[in-house]
Amino acid sequence: MELVQNFPFACIILTMFVGVLCAVLKPKTARTLAISAMVIVGILSFATLSFVVKTGEYYVYMMGHFPAPFGNEIRIGVLEALMAFIFSIVMILSLLGGMKHIFHDIEDTKVNHNFLMMCLLFSSMLALIYTNDLFTAYVFVEINTLASCAIVMLRKAKETLVATTRYLIMSLLGSGLFLIGICILYDITGHLLMSNIQTSVANLVATGAYRIPLEIIICLFVIGMAIKSALYPFHSWLPDAHGSATSSASAILSGLVVKSYIILLIKICYRVIGIDVIYQSQALNVLFVLGLIAMIMGSVNALREKDLKRMIAYSSVAQLGYIYMGIGLGSEAGMIAACFHILTHAVTKPMLFCAAGGFMEVSGGSKKFKDIRGAGRRNLLAGIAFVVGTLSMVGIPFTSGFVSKMCFAEAALGMSSKMIPTLVVLSISTLLNALYYIPAIMVVFANTGDEVTLFADKKDVAFMVSMIVFMALNFVLGCGSGKIIDMITQGIRMLG
Amino acid sequence: MQTFELILLSFLIICALAVSLSRNLLVSLIIFMSYSLVMSILWIVLQSPDLAITEAAVGAGVTSIIFFVTLYKIKGLREFNSAPQEAIEEETTEVVEETVVTTKKHHEKTINERLQEWIAKYEMPLYKRFYNVMAVVLSTVIILCMLLTVSELPSYGDPSNPANNEVSEKYIMDTMEDTGAVNIVAGMILDYRAFDTFGESTVLFVAAGTVIILLRNDRKKKEKEENDRMYEPKPDIILQNIAKLLVPVALMFGIYVVLNGHLSPGGGFSGGAIMGAALILYYNAFGAENCKKFFTYRTFNTIIVCALSFYAVAKSYSFYTGANHIHSIIPKGTPGNILSSGLILPLNIAVGVIVMCTMFGFYSLFHKEEI
Amino acid sequence: MLKGLLTNYYETTAMIIFGIGFVTLLLNRNIIKKIIGFNFMDTGIFLFLAAKGYITGRIAPIVVSTPIEFETYINPIPSGLVLTGIVVSVSISAFFCALAVRLYRAYGTLDLEEIVTKMEKDQGVY
Repeated sequence: MELVQNFPFACIILTMFVGVLCAVLKPKTARTLAISAMVIVGILSFATLSFVVKTGEYYVYMMGHFPAPFGNEIRIGVLEALMAFIFSIVMILSLLGGMKHIFHDIEDTKVNHNFLMMCLLFSSMLALIYTNDLFTAYVFVEINTLASCAIVMLRKAKETLVATTRYLIMSLLGSGLFLIGICILYDITGHLLMSNIQTSVANLVATGAYRIPLEIIICLFVIGMAIKSALYPFHSWLPDAHGSATSSASAILSGLVVKSYIILLIKICYRVIGIDVIYQSQALNVLFVLGLIAMIMGSVNALREKDLKRMIAYSSVAQLGYIYMGIGLGSEAGMIAACFHILTHAVTKPMLFCAAGGFMEVSGGSKKFKDIRGAGRRNLLAGIAFVVGTLSMVGIPFTSGFVSKMCFAEAALGMSSKMIPTLVVLSISTLLNALYYIPAIMVVFANTGDEVTLFADKKDVAFMVSMIVFMALNFVLGCGSGKIIDMITQGIRMLG
Repeated sequence: MQTFELILLSFLIICALAVSLSRNLLVSLIIFMSYSLVMSILWIVLQSPDLAITEAAVGAGVTSIIFFVTLYKIKGLREFNSAPQEAIEEETTEVVEETVVTTKKHHEKTINERLQEWIAKYEMPLYKRFYNVMAVVLSTVIILCMLLTVSELPSYGDPSNPANNEVSEKYIMDTMEDTGAVNIVAGMILDYRAFDTFGESTVLFVAAGTVIILLRNDRKKKEKEENDRMYEPKPDIILQNIAKLLVPVALMFGIYVVLNGHLSPGGGFSGGAIMGAALILYYNAFGAENCKKFFTYRTFNTIIVCALSFYAVAKSYSFYTGANHIHSIIPKGTPGNILSSGLILPLNIAVGVIVMCTMFGFYSLFHKEEI
Repeated sequence: MLKGLLTNYYETTAMIIFGIGFVTLLLNRNIIKKIIGFNFMDTGIFLFLAAKGYITGRIAPIVVSTPIEFETYINPIPSGLVLTGIVVSVSISAFFCALAVRLYRAYGTLDLEEIVTKMEKDQGVY
């Protein structure tokens, strides 16, 4: 066991430890400690990623002195390490991009709680990415729920309380369904480690025993995770929660938290139930249809919004529809496209939310369209970042959004039965995206006679760094996507 | 025995139905408390004494206390806000008189006005009826799906179930040797599956943090704002005398349950909840000022951070040595002694302390918005 | 199907309680009732899990005599899972109750539909 193999576990424990310490530190110290911890985690994740890509195979890490299935374990493959690395980068940049608003919008005595919740949220997302045990996944899903509700309600406003309540209620429904699914699965297989469950399920499918419970379990897992990651009919909590939180909180929630549940669902499909059993059931078709509906309805609802952050949140609903459509295509190419879109969205949507925060800053704190007129000229850096993000969401060449739409189209061409609906809805959705994003850019850059300033606040280095690195990351993913898609392919083949 | 179980189970179902149909919140809470108590009796019938103690202390005990103090707080807010109600009632009578004068005859109104009237009159009752019907339909659908699954599952109590496989066999046969614990469940959750318990303590910590975020108020800024409850309850002689007897006994019992977690049913969570309940009783009997003498916000923070850090460090050592196949230096001792089973005893103490502080913190934050 | 339900009477009860709790959490308008519904849902799942651990004729998993024999004790795994679950459930209930208190202080009612109406009216104004 080499030293670098200890790094994933070290990342989880380090962020948890730092999060616990933030409870007793002053706000500025907590901020420095949290960001340094995340930078360290980013470096360690990069080292893990290079190690796993070099050796080309996954490895398991025993949590304790007893091997699976008697003890806990975490399993690290290429996909997990890649996701962890990108998540840590996005987390650092979102925190930096919204740092001013954290100190501005939250009560002074509660700022260190903000960093506490963000560190614990980050550690639970890492644990969800790496875990190989279903019940550990449930416990960390609950930590995720609590911490994400906490970062929504930290902002000092009345509507955040209602948004948190609705988010909490829907999340609890999702976790309840997930838990009962785990219990029934334990009952018919007798194992809690994912790899062991897969062998048992394969035996059960071969003998034809417990057919109805298996179908209900697949149903419960899919609906539970769909509720938590805001698939179309269950998305009602998302615009309120993401639209009313602070900029960095919205960025982290939209970009990372909902994705961690989708990654858990993909892991369950491959490693717990087995992808062949999933292909035989109808679950993927249901996800496909709901994904298509989400792509259209999310954009339709975004068209009617008069509030910038709620519009970006509805756009998230549409983008999540893309990911579910990719998963629902039912082929490896579709899954690869979905994973690449997870990365694209994780890199673009936080940039949009932080830019929106920058606009709010120069418009007196309001986020309605009538107040943001010309904000792009007053804060040119945020305006440029918003334009780059929009181009990526619409799918202009050279941005990462273009590559992910190409991947979806290629995957659709491979599945003859689902090809026509996919291509049709992809084009309609691109058109709808342009229909609401382009007017937003026009409003933001409208000529109101204000002078053009590049930086709204010359001392806000964190915001400048975050926006520039986000834009660079977008172009890197867009132009250098070949290597990343190879890594994702390698990771998905290792996942089962 | 089976009749007894069936009576208890039907009582549970009746409680669940009664709570969802009753309109009075206090009645629902009392029914919920009795439901929790019957549930802990059922755990004993199912031969799980750990669960029985934890459910009785945490479920029927602390959860119900938190519900009651929530209602107490809301009632206090309602009494505080009830003064302006009389002014509103006078205004509404005047408005009613005006509308009587201007009502047209029924056949003189336009279709649109009649439609608006019909909507205004019937909207609320239709809405409520729609909700009730949806609730019944949805619950029937969900329960039928689940019952369909249950009818196909392995039989209850059968030794040849898939769940009774080599994993549970190894846990039963080897726990005493591998971990030194006599209580197999304690050995399992604090040694074999310690990562889950670590996650669980973190859940408790995050919940305490969120309640602090929501409810804690810095008194320095609150001079102008009145207290929600206009008066503190006067110290009650009966309560104080009984508390003088009960609090030390409860604390001793809680400490006993925590320390004996690896030898008999119990453990950190149930023992911590019992100690927390003892502290809540002390707070109620003697007031917040007396509690502040030994338990301030700083103490609360320090204790929780130290206990969680100790847990993190101890478990990291255990996980690191385990994954890298290094032999651990923690001695296992002889099973049956108090000082045995390696790290399980210190971890139980850490967990017990965390749970005690958290439960007391919850109550104090709800009651007086500070710790 | 009925025979299966009658043999597994514990699991049947647990599922009925789960269903009632789930629908109360989803559809009831009062926030405190939603919290109680959530507790019913979770305790229903725990009853299901603990019943899965029981084996007829065997005793609790605390070693009473050496040498240990496998056939004397019930399955210890579900007990550990339920222990974790009970603590998670009480943490979430406490958080939810604190939210209810803050909502009452901000909006003056415990009915979620009325609160949402008031919030939308507030947002429409400014």
